[in-house]
Amino acid sequence: MKSYSVMIVGVGGQGTLLASRLLGNAVISEGYDVKVSEVHGMSQRGGSVITYVRFGEKVASPIIEKGEADLIIAFEQLEAARYLPYLKKGGRIVVNTQKIDPMPVVTGVTTYPDGVIEQLKEKANITALDALSLAVEAGTSKAVNIVLMGVVAKHMEFKKEVWEKVIEETVPPKFKELNLKAFELGYSYEE
Amino acid sequence: MAKKLLLGNEAVARGLYEAGCRVVSSYPGTPSTEITEFAAKYDEIYSEWAPNEKVACEVAVGASIAGARSFCGMKHVGLNVAADPLFTASYTGVNGGMMIAVADDPGMHSSQNEQDSRHYAEASKTMMLEPADSKECLEYTKRAFELSEKFDTPVILRLTTRVAHSRGLAETSDRTDAPLKEYTKNPQKYVMMPAFAKPRHVFVEQRIVEQTAFAEEDEINTVEYYDKKIGVITAGNCYNYAKEALGEKASYLKLGCVYPLPEKKIIDFAAQCEKIYVIEELDPYIENHCKKLGIKVYGKDVFTLQGEYSQSIVAKAILGEEKEFSVMDMDIPGRPPVLCAGCPHRGLFYSLKKEGVAVCGDIGCYTLGTLAPLGAMDTCICMGASISSLHGRNKANPENAKKSVAVIGDSTFIHSGVTGLIDIAYNNSASTVIILDNSITGMTGHQENPTTGKNIKGDPATAVDIVALAKAIGIKRVTIVDPYNLKETQEAIHKELEVDEPSLIISRRPCALLKYVKHNPPLKVNKDKCRGCKMCMKIGCPAISMADGKAVIDFTQCVGCSVCTQMCNFGAIEE
Repeated sequence: MKSYSVMIVGVGGQGTLLASRLLGNAVISEGYDVKVSEVHGMSQRGGSVITYVRFGEKVASPIIEKGEADLIIAFEQLEAARYLPYLKKGGRIVVNTQKIDPMPVVTGVTTYPDGVIEQLKEKANITALDALSLAVEAGTSKAVNIVLMGVVAKHMEFKKEVWEKVIEETVPPKFKELNLKAFELGYSYEE
Repeated sequence: MAKKLLLGNEAVARGLYEAGCRVVSSYPGTPSTEITEFAAKYDEIYSEWAPNEKVACEVAVGASIAGARSFCGMKHVGLNVAADPLFTASYTGVNGGMMIAVADDPGMHSSQNEQDSRHYAEASKTMMLEPADSKECLEYTKRAFELSEKFDTPVILRLTTRVAHSRGLAETSDRTDAPLKEYTKNPQKYVMMPAFAKPRHVFVEQRIVEQTAFAEEDEINTVEYYDKKIGVITAGNCYNYAKEALGEKASYLKLGCVYPLPEKKIIDFAAQCEKIYVIEELDPYIENHCKKLGIKVYGKDVFTLQGEYSQSIVAKAILGEEKEFSVMDMDIPGRPPVLCAGCPHRGLFYSLKKEGVAVCGDIGCYTLGTLAPLGAMDTCICMGASISSLHGRNKANPENAKKSVAVIGDSTFIHSGVTGLIDIAYNNSASTVIILDNSITGMTGHQENPTTGKNIKGDPATAVDIVALAKAIGIKRVTIVDPYNLKETQEAIHKELEVDEPSLIISRRPCALLKYVKHNPPLKVNKDKCRGCKMCMKIGCPAISMADGKAVIDFTQCVGCSVCTQMCNFGAIEE
């Protein structure tokens, strides 16, 4: 198998690292080689955050560059727009339509652009959904990451049971039911 | 043996465990911090946070001389602080094996410079290994201890952000027992006074000859031949970028030991290939070595001295290939990191901005106070420099003292701020120093420190009493303020700037992200009272934005700190 590249992008504090851990664990449970690259520290304080997950028979580089991602999982729409150039031709973006104002917008230096999702749809294969509402439906706004992984699961080759097992093994037991519900809401989401 | 998906830093910690390491002492610093955090989870290893990297390195040296396998870890700039013990520990050598991990940060994800720590290996004549992924992080750590004991030297493990913070599969095994070696008094080896240091220098030079022979023979420096039109000499993660970009279109010499470098191995490899590229981030360290050997190589003439590399940088430079991609037809606002909602630094920085003072800053979350709208920082150089540079500023022009302050975090103050404060007291400058005491080492991800009353395991520990410390060194004026209280904070700053003697303000309030900190319910804007004047926007809180001419507070972020309530002249922000 040729290597497969997934980028997870969002705003610091949105739970992108848990999403990359789930994906990484799913991939190794299927016997692939994998590399996951994260950025810690400064960029976590409400800044733009990126995680790269690459897997295949043998993976060399842990990072993804412009025109290389098979799939981008965006936790916020401006971040989907920011990282569009990283998408491979024919790749897919799964995007949470939530908007979070960055500081230059908060301070009025610039404005949050209109029509982000519409323009993304012209340029790539897009699955856009309000993952925040689905997460709240599952029981907490913090489960946005699991909802998105549910949507992503449909676009990847692993069986649903693999994902469910990985969720059970990765999240604390007391949040197991809630997270499985969030996953199911994402998995059964229809545009 | 089991295969596990490990963070590079976690793999180093696992290597410490498996190698029988007994003593770990470090100061946190991105991207090195997790090595020590993971090491602390093994009960077989004594682990600690030291006040700074110099202390950490000396603890490891002492443990090694006492016969234990020992370790200290730090970020690249931390090695500047630990350079003093390093250069002489290179002469004394070891008893139990000793490894120093240093994590460079090409691209400066979380750092103030982009220094290349490989120069330290050469300058201090200390062996340096450089792993390319998590698997090698574990393997090289274990080898480092063997090599340390074999060659009687500390060994440096050099990481970069992408290796330290990438996860990859690594093979774990059981811990090998490395019993304490016997300590025998040996001043000729361990007391570095001129008479004893001179013969040790002779030993060090001979050691380099022997280590070079090792670098020539050992498989840690590996050759892979494919197409010989292109030959790549590389180390660390750059090997992965080259492999990804060039595959079997090139042959490779991957250097796992970057100091000392082999000579014959490089000459032989170069002779087999038509065109040789050296691929290395930051400085032309390997490139210069090749040039010294008379080999024609391409390096910094086609690759940059700045930032991180990638497979596309390699593909473009060597093959002239670029990938296709789409871009948005709109301007996308940047998203810089910000002080969190409820951050205690916010009220302090707003007060400083209002006072209109010059702020000598320091290293930590609070460096973010530089950005708009607070914009309350004039300088940031290195750990501790806020206090000493303020002293210099005020000695250069005594008038500065009434309109300049230093700000420094609690952990940074202990690291190397206290010596600057002693300078202020001893040499009597009317400087005003502010310690931002948020009860934790924040930016690196919440590590305990000597002021928090807890050790690395979270157990109770002796806490430094900053007030008593300040008094003991001769600072007579010490004030404690709560930065959530703007009036109190502003008055204290104003008063201390006026007085003609050294003063210390402790701005004390725990980090809002600490688990034990209880948050108030989120605040709300009363739309009828809000006049849309944007006063509340001046504090740069990420939870406050404007919609339809009125302020709005994001309930998912607001922790009810009420600093914005004090900004509002119309009482529009309510509980």
